[in-house]
Amino acid sequence: MADQPTDAPPALTITVNGASVRCAPGELLIAAAERAGTYIPRFCHHERMKPVGMCRMCLVDVDSGRGPALQPSCMVTVAEGMVVDTESPRAKRAQEGILEMLLVNHPLDCPVCDKGGECPLQDQTVAFGPGESRFVEEKRHYEKPIAISDLVYLDRERCILCDRCTRFAKDVAGDPLIHFIARGNETQVNTFPDHPFASYFSGNTVQICPVGALTAEPYRFTARPWDLAEVESTSTVDTTGARVVLQSSRDRLVRVLGLDSEATNWGWLSDKERFAYEASAGPTRLVEPLRREDDEFVPARWSAASSFAAEAIKDKRVGVLGGARLTVEAQFAWSAMLEQLATSVIADTQLADGLPAQLVLGLPRATIARACAPGGVVVHIGADLKEELPTLFLRLRHAIQNDGVSLIELTPGATSLSPMSAASIHPVPGALAQAARDAVSGTGGAAYEIASRLLASGRPVTVIGGRGNLAEDASFAAEAISTIVGEVDNVRFLPALRRGNVHGALELGFTPGFGPGGVRESTGNQADAVGILEAAANGAIDTLILLGADPLGDVPDADLAQHALAGVANLIAVDLFMTDSCRYANIVLPAAGYGEVDGSFLNLEGRLSPVAAKVTPPGQARSDWMIAVDVAMSAGVDLGFDSLDECRMALSGAVGTFAPVDWSGLARAEDGQLLDLTRDWVPDLVPAVVAPPLDGYGLRLVVDRTLWDLGTMVQESPSLAGLANDAVLSVSREDFERLGVAPGSEVTVTSSTGTHRMAVQSSDTLPRGAARLPFRHAGFDARRLLAAGEAVIEIRVSAN
Amino acid sequence: MSPAGTALPHAPGFIANDTPRIVTSRFEYEDSYTLERYLATGGYEGIRAALGRPPAEVHGEVRDATVLGRGGAGFPAGVKWGFMPPNVWPRYLVVNGDESEPGTYKDRLLMERDPHQLIEGCLIACYAVGLSRCFLYIRGEMALAQERVAKALNDAYAAGYVGRNVLGSGFSVDIVLHWGAGAYVVGEETALIESLEGNRGMPRLKPPYFPAAIGLYGKPTIVNNVETLANLPWILNNGAAAYKAIGTETSPGTRMVAVSGHVERPGVYEIINGTTTFRDLLYNDEYCGGIRGGRALKAFVPGGGSAPWFTPDQLDLPFEGSQIGPQGSMLGSGAVMVMDETTDIPKAALSLTRFYAHESCGKCVPCREGGTWLERILSRVVDGNGTRRDLDLLLEVGASICPGDFPHASNERLGLSASPFPYQMTTICFVGPSAFAPVHSALTLFPEEFEARVRDDDPSDDASTDRPKGVPVELKGLTHGG
Repeated sequence: MADQPTDAPPALTITVNGASVRCAPGELLIAAAERAGTYIPRFCHHERMKPVGMCRMCLVDVDSGRGPALQPSCMVTVAEGMVVDTESPRAKRAQEGILEMLLVNHPLDCPVCDKGGECPLQDQTVAFGPGESRFVEEKRHYEKPIAISDLVYLDRERCILCDRCTRFAKDVAGDPLIHFIARGNETQVNTFPDHPFASYFSGNTVQICPVGALTAEPYRFTARPWDLAEVESTSTVDTTGARVVLQSSRDRLVRVLGLDSEATNWGWLSDKERFAYEASAGPTRLVEPLRREDDEFVPARWSAASSFAAEAIKDKRVGVLGGARLTVEAQFAWSAMLEQLATSVIADTQLADGLPAQLVLGLPRATIARACAPGGVVVHIGADLKEELPTLFLRLRHAIQNDGVSLIELTPGATSLSPMSAASIHPVPGALAQAARDAVSGTGGAAYEIASRLLASGRPVTVIGGRGNLAEDASFAAEAISTIVGEVDNVRFLPALRRGNVHGALELGFTPGFGPGGVRESTGNQADAVGILEAAANGAIDTLILLGADPLGDVPDADLAQHALAGVANLIAVDLFMTDSCRYANIVLPAAGYGEVDGSFLNLEGRLSPVAAKVTPPGQARSDWMIAVDVAMSAGVDLGFDSLDECRMALSGAVGTFAPVDWSGLARAEDGQLLDLTRDWVPDLVPAVVAPPLDGYGLRLVVDRTLWDLGTMVQESPSLAGLANDAVLSVSREDFERLGVAPGSEVTVTSSTGTHRMAVQSSDTLPRGAARLPFRHAGFDARRLLAAGEAVIEIRVSAN
Repeated sequence: MSPAGTALPHAPGFIANDTPRIVTSRFEYEDSYTLERYLATGGYEGIRAALGRPPAEVHGEVRDATVLGRGGAGFPAGVKWGFMPPNVWPRYLVVNGDESEPGTYKDRLLMERDPHQLIEGCLIACYAVGLSRCFLYIRGEMALAQERVAKALNDAYAAGYVGRNVLGSGFSVDIVLHWGAGAYVVGEETALIESLEGNRGMPRLKPPYFPAAIGLYGKPTIVNNVETLANLPWILNNGAAAYKAIGTETSPGTRMVAVSGHVERPGVYEIINGTTTFRDLLYNDEYCGGIRGGRALKAFVPGGGSAPWFTPDQLDLPFEGSQIGPQGSMLGSGAVMVMDETTDIPKAALSLTRFYAHESCGKCVPCREGGTWLERILSRVVDGNGTRRDLDLLLEVGASICPGDFPHASNERLGLSASPFPYQMTTICFVGPSAFAPVHSALTLFPEEFEARVRDDDPSDDASTDRPKGVPVELKGLTHGG
């Protein structure tokens, strides 16, 4: 249990099977016994969830002074002098009895069950069970597996009704979409009619199911547990850096499991972190270097491809977009190579959808543990964390619900955490910076007063800040963040950027104004993504390198991206897939992906953790750091390393942030290594640009991201690809009623970019005067409404 | 059936006798459930008396009266009230009107015939413990009780007995009605609290937290039975000493007992606690008037369907918990079910076991799986398809629900000595053990009726014939590699 005082000195002693065990007050007996080496069998107990005492498997003899009695050890907290016998005849008899009864209706179809071989019911039957059944009647029958969502199947015959999945859905994820129905012997887990278990976290229920009742669509019948090879790694799907186990069979990734890391994910994963491995295992990967000849791509040898790339970089003015897909080592290798070869380099890892780097790099950094520590205050500026950083959302949700953390929201609309927030403030686009100032001063209404009181309370404050609205100039979020951090005491910042290893890329200088190690530079690289694209479009650079970036899909100004890609003299794309942007390239280099490279990852806290290779990259795809070394070699330059270890030594030597890293210990450190990101400079206040005054007729546009979108990772994962909805314009209920149309009908939307038709719906999460479109969805491309250089986007909606 | 009183516009059931009347004093009035009748017969005088005294004194009066809880456990209400942690607010009173124990129908009559008495009892309890909110949970199937309590509560609100500033005393209390949705297990107090909160009616484990410490909405909560609270107005009007003058020192006052089955006059009786014996109740003309048709008594259930059975050997035991427990059963919810000599004992046991198996909430494995398993074995036996080994299996499955010795009565005919109450259990609440209790009683006290029903096992089978084909036998020697 995480909420137990594990740091406090052990204060009491109990006796387990004759041996003394020192325990912390409040510790559960089942955990104390396990710590002391006595495993008490259990099915319903899960260390990250509240105990329910449902399965009765962990009954042991407990004597608290009034004689031994059978007690469920998952619900008994230790007490001084408690004498526990887990192997008394009575306890053994009870455990055998429970197992026999669990099996009376269990189908025993282990030979065809995915769980067979790693099944707690199997294992504990062998270890603690009676070994035979006296049940001769017909077992319970249900329809064999029913799909309870697009990703999860439920076999109710196998289910032992332990309440783990249902507790997770309700208590941890906040998506109570599966539930017990009926009662007694007919009790079953099921969804409500017409409400599938459409949770971003559904895969966790499969992982914690103690039998084969819940199975995940991508893994079903692909492997047997004893054939799996596995390695511990870190998820690079978003910046949380959740710890995972990668499992492969016959050199293919077949499953990703969450690893319980106290610092980050507590064992949970979003379905994107869990299932997006499918993309790298898929058939659409780039498997050989490709070179453009006229209008076609033809396969090239690596030596020729490297030479071409070297030529395009050496002594050239180079622009780089991306880098967040790369490991820290690869980011270092690329930056070292570019540094040595090119005449000038401008690079940005954020694609005009992030925050000013000086805030991310320069504000005092928080950890997830600090944000979630009991009694703290969290200020969230940005989009719904459930959509952006789902695993962080779970941690924060737990902290608010269980540990007395108070949440202040400054978000464009209501989020998944709004119902449990202390103050929920939803400024219309353009009003965010002012709202932050009002939250500090407490003017503007009850929510602002509460926020102000909390901020002045002296409790530790953590600002979780990202970009909540891509249709609003970044300076609004920047000023809001700077305001809170600047005006409040005892405050730290947790940047809610979402793209993979973006923090590694920022730390290694893939951003304007900074060199590696967060060192400020006033010359050289001074162009952001938009500047780089402009430079590419107008010939100010010779070569543009796309390091896993797809500007056509991701940069809000799609026209500019298109001009840049078409206009630049040399375009080098390094990617896993042939994205739309790659199609403009002169040369496409196939990179190794998730589960195929060794290296390390820097998460949003500045925590360095290992990413590990489990399978070999397809075809000729290779690690990004090797590509950089090869290109340097082709240009006649030796970067000084040609192994990962040498690369790490060079990195520690060259970049101060990484100097103290214990590389050999990294793979063993469960929670990675937290790097010191203290700077010798202080970020400047970024003032918001001036928004035009609100007019009474228009709506202000909010464009934000959802977990399932048309992004490459989701779309290349077959199980996830279909989960993205079509874009629909959402407006507040009042604004919707004013339109007088039926939900889902098409309306005319006018912005400075022209007139468009799109579907509209009413939303309870938006303030009046705002309209929302999801970014990168089918149906309508939200970028068609965005105009470069505008502080906010005004639209007019009319019914016809 | 020939009730002593005049024909009443109520569901039949209550039969008056010469016992002092504490909770049933108005039962024979045709309009017993109206505010007018209640006021005309001394109604709301108890709360008036209570309001004139400090709450601690009222609490003390109830504690001194030793009102034993009438829901089943028999714990003194005044002591239970004292378990609430000091200075934790809000706190709640929950009235358990989800009477569903087989054979029990006394609370229903109390709610149908004298709802104001219950409401007044709630007011007194709330005042004594310092509560301002009370939840009255009435079983879903009791339509008439719901209707009358609702009407009574509206009238009481209108007359100023409930609500803000009760009788101008400055004491305010709200009573909230809640109808159950039809689950036996919700009669268990923690399951009732879950149900009130809007969750599935499933019991919570206690310890660690009893409702008095952490109950409804996580706040200190007192859960009292309807009959328990109905005693309070009389106690406040007449004093604890008068209450204790009736019955015995450990079981004072009267109690209501619902008798069903093979007696001449089944019904609800108010009897003297602690001194009235089962023989008095079943055979005296004042009460049940003997066994139906002058037949012989075979067995009876002394405290609701979940209580182990008694035989005529135990007829002279009084309604006194401290004497019933050592004799292997309990007084429970005040329901006596009588079986005469014509009763098919295995079938009777099956009928009760089937009820508890059906009413399992599904939370604990031993109850969910074991209850139904017991029912299926027993129906096999009743249908004549069982073997001798099935009888052992019934006890074995039961031992997985209740390990160790299960309580039973002594029996001279069989040379049995009593095994005392209570039992150990592997489940959270008593529904699981209740499915086993009738099986165990029937098998222990009437083994010959089962022996006659089953055939011998096929001697060509080996020792473990009951094992279905295809299930591995020896798993224990294996080691697990993963």
